[in-house]
Amino acid sequence: MTLTLHDATFALLALLTLGAALGVVLARNIVHSAFLLVLTFLGVAGLFLTLDAGFLGLVQVLVYGGAISVLVVFAVMLLMSEQAGQTNPPGASRFTRWAGGVGAVALALALGAAVCTTAWEPGSGPRPEAVAELARLMLGDYVVPFEAAAVLLLLAVVGAIILAKGEDGR
Amino acid sequence: MSDQATIGIFLLLTLAFPAGAMAAAWLFRPAPIQSAEKRTPYECGVDTRGPSWMRFRVNYFLYALVFLAFDVETIFLYPWAVRFQALGLFAFVEMLVFIAILALGLWYAWKEGALQWY
Repeated sequence: MTLTLHDATFALLALLTLGAALGVVLARNIVHSAFLLVLTFLGVAGLFLTLDAGFLGLVQVLVYGGAISVLVVFAVMLLMSEQAGQTNPPGASRFTRWAGGVGAVALALALGAAVCTTAWEPGSGPRPEAVAELARLMLGDYVVPFEAAAVLLLLAVVGAIILAKGEDGR
Repeated sequence: MSDQATIGIFLLLTLAFPAGAMAAAWLFRPAPIQSAEKRTPYECGVDTRGPSWMRFRVNYFLYALVFLAFDVETIFLYPWAVRFQALGLFAFVEMLVFIAILALGLWYAWKEGALQWY
């Protein structure tokens, strides 16, 4: 019973994710595409949660559902044309559309084959809690990269502000 | 019932609840009268003038960037907060240094007027 409910949850989330991803491609208004992309990210986060990868799900929500989505929406807001209905037209040439479709199917087949042919070994012994292990590594063994990440984030903020201010012409 | 099944049931409920509320409203309401007044954004700010599909100033992008940096910081804070008791003083000082470096970014953004609303 539990297993079937779990499977149903997975199927529901997969359907939501795939439907939203299809919407990203098919929507003719790029703002709608952007918001459907957010829904896709959240669906993937839900899939992570069903796979018992809680921290990864959280990161997915925060980074993809939050930060990347905000960047995408802002980029659309800054650049979009006034004709909202034609901002995300289908590919201009028939060849690129077919190539994209065939490439996507080939990638799905290759990934599916890789999943099916891999001999998955069930884990043995108690599994260390991912978040605790991460905290121990991040603040113990890898202190310098951790602080370097802070410097990197600082540089990204400062650099982005300088670039954006330059565009403003002041 | 596993946690994962709970997620699925919760998701279904969140989808079903608004649909149910709308369906009940559709069932019980009197026939709606169409008028231009009813299509205005009631109590949702100032009415828009001209087309609302427009470009925005680049300044708003600065908020997004500052938000981005602190959003990523949250990810680093989370494992630390979960294991706060076990990690001890050294980790606390490390995290203070981390936050201080990022606070410099906020200070710079503030100084450059990135937090100004146009």
